[in-house]
Amino acid sequence: MQKAVLTGEMFTQGDIAAAEGALAAGCRFFAGYPITPATEIAERMAYRLPRIGGRYIQMEDEIASCTAVLGASYSGVKAMTATSGPGVSLMNETIGLAAMTETPMVLVNVMRGGPSTGQPTEASQSDIMQAKWGSHGDYEIIALIPSSVQEMFDLTIKAFNLSEQFRVPAFVLADEIIGHMRERLVIPHEDEIEIVNRKKPTVPPEEYLPFKAEEDLVPPMATFGDGYHFYATGLTHDERGYPVMDDETQLALIPRLCDKIRKNSAKITEAKTLETEDAEILLVAYGGESRTAMRAVKDARNKGMKIGLFRPVSVWPFPKEQLKEAAANAQHVIVAELNYGQLVGEVERVIRNEVPVHLIPRVCGSPHTPDDLMKEIRRRIK
Amino acid sequence: MTVTTRSSSDYRHPILEYIRQDRLPHIFCSACGIGTVLQAFANALRSLNFDMDRLVVISGIGCTGRASGYFESDSYHTTHGRAIAFATGVKVANPNLKPVVISGDGDLFAIGGNHFIHAARRNVDMLVLCVNNFNYGMTGGQMGPTTPDSAITVTSPDGNIEHPFNLVSVAAASGAVFVARWTALHARRLTKSLEKALQKKGFKFIEVVSPCPTLYDRYNRHGSGLDVMKRYREISVIRNFTDPMKAEIDYRTRIVCGEFVDTEKPEFTDLLASQAAELQKR
Ligand SMILES: Cc1ncc(C[n+]2csc(CCOP(=O)(O)OP(=O)(O)O)c2C)c(N)n1
Ligand code: SF4
Ligand SMILES: [Mg+2]
Repeated sequence: MQKAVLTGEMFTQGDIAAAEGALAAGCRFFAGYPITPATEIAERMAYRLPRIGGRYIQMEDEIASCTAVLGASYSGVKAMTATSGPGVSLMNETIGLAAMTETPMVLVNVMRGGPSTGQPTEASQSDIMQAKWGSHGDYEIIALIPSSVQEMFDLTIKAFNLSEQFRVPAFVLADEIIGHMRERLVIPHEDEIEIVNRKKPTVPPEEYLPFKAEEDLVPPMATFGDGYHFYATGLTHDERGYPVMDDETQLALIPRLCDKIRKNSAKITEAKTLETEDAEILLVAYGGESRTAMRAVKDARNKGMKIGLFRPVSVWPFPKEQLKEAAANAQHVIVAELNYGQLVGEVERVIRNEVPVHLIPRVCGSPHTPDDLMKEIRRRIK
Repeated sequence: MTVTTRSSSDYRHPILEYIRQDRLPHIFCSACGIGTVLQAFANALRSLNFDMDRLVVISGIGCTGRASGYFESDSYHTTHGRAIAFATGVKVANPNLKPVVISGDGDLFAIGGNHFIHAARRNVDMLVLCVNNFNYGMTGGQMGPTTPDSAITVTSPDGNIEHPFNLVSVAAASGAVFVARWTALHARRLTKSLEKALQKKGFKFIEVVSPCPTLYDRYNRHGSGLDVMKRYREISVIRNFTDPMKAEIDYRTRIVCGEFVDTEKPEFTDLLASQAAELQKR
């Protein structure tokens, strides 16, 4: 039997690293539908899963893929799917159901140019807001953005852990650059990988209330087949899981679904900074674009300019406090992203007109060059 | 002669242990066929002494879609049309489980039609029980993929002009290993088919032609629920192993009932397991 965790070093692609990260996190079910630039994840899973005791299934579309993932998760198996924007558009119905029935699941979106069929083979970061607002109603999800092949692996594991901990769908929001780039990947020994599993009920079946949350706002989750005989529905439900259409039930449920992420956001958010301590100009960039931004910061620093980089790793929930700290001395904040302005709105909400926030958008399939960023930086340096 | 009577307080209906009693009364209209179908299903579970720890009842959205909320087993109420896709995930993730999908004609064959044909094609082990009331009950009686020619519904007020699906023929053509049709009148025969299907491996499909006296049968002047049942008695014939393509379903003339397909074919999760076992030896 092949090993689930391929401890060692390899030179590989981001998509493959995401698949290996999932397996290392304990994922044993994958359902998907081919789509560029995420197909390599499905291909890797189709090859690897049956060899390590897991199951791969190619479904008839993305709605079915995502829904099958929910079925697998409720059956006690860590499960994921991988797709790109057009697939997420179809999955959004089920993502809402996953949020409503508090289903742990991981969804890798290797973003390509949109809208619609857009630019299948080109890089983009234009699904940032879709990840957060894609399905109808009030709910929260978690989304992490990798900026290297190594992070494709690490953050896929983290996505599984957070998804299990909070019983919530978690996205790995990669862009085509990271999905298809090849770099060194180091896979640690199995024992060095932190794995989080969902809380299981500790009470006997007759006392189990499937949607009664504990102090962390998360209810313990029983598994089909364990004898708990519970019911889950996408309708507004009480602690027993039964549909109840009154204000009281909706008021008890919906704020909790949001607050379990909002109030626990200090445990979830993550950001990386580069040279931000004395930064007068703060660049904000993430994913493939942050690689260009790192280079721009180094070049600018060499020329004596006080520039720093803020890179959100968790984009949902957004690392507000970390951004405030990084922007403490900034006179300008420049957001560079591969879309026509998405995360910039979130940055503005945090910066609150204290200093100007500038956007450098790009919607044409490749990242900015360091020179593009330098041009904007120079305009802002007096 | 002594006559023993049981007071109503200590009489317990034998299927109650299969039902979530704290959810009663149910939401279905009086004389609706869904209740009959659910009772037949509970009776089948009872007569098989079915292992309730392995049963997972899954439904989509609709009046029939509420079925999953009434059984004392693990159960899940998906979004509209997705019950079969969810059941596929359940079965593949844990082949020990026995998914049963109970849903309506609109849910399974309009919005969920794609999942139906593909799960049947793969032969994933699950039972799909469809209550066919020829319309979308839950949303107020609109036309759907089974609404007959000329039928009046709120969205075909001048008579339906679409050609309806013959569900048993769709199921058979898609690869189901067991296909049957009954009406809500055939409660005992339906129960027998359910027992058979619950013991059989693979993708099984049972259609139950069922009254919706509140909407469809009212708009089409079929009379009360009881009148509809009487009509079923007049026009239904039992023809086991009739070619499903030719299994007529016409309220004006004839409804052909029976078990039409009962065949064997390798099941999907068995095939996955044997392939994986081979690969793991390498
Ligand atoms: C995505 C979506 N579209 C539409 C609806 C509204 N809707 C609820 S039930 C239903 C039709 C159900 O018809 P059927 O499956 O035949 O069940 P019945 O009520 O007749 O038993 C529709 C269209 C919905 N809930 N979700
Ligand atoms: S509306 Fe029709 S299908 Fe729905 S419960 Fe009433 S009779 Fe049954
Ligand atoms: Mg119907």
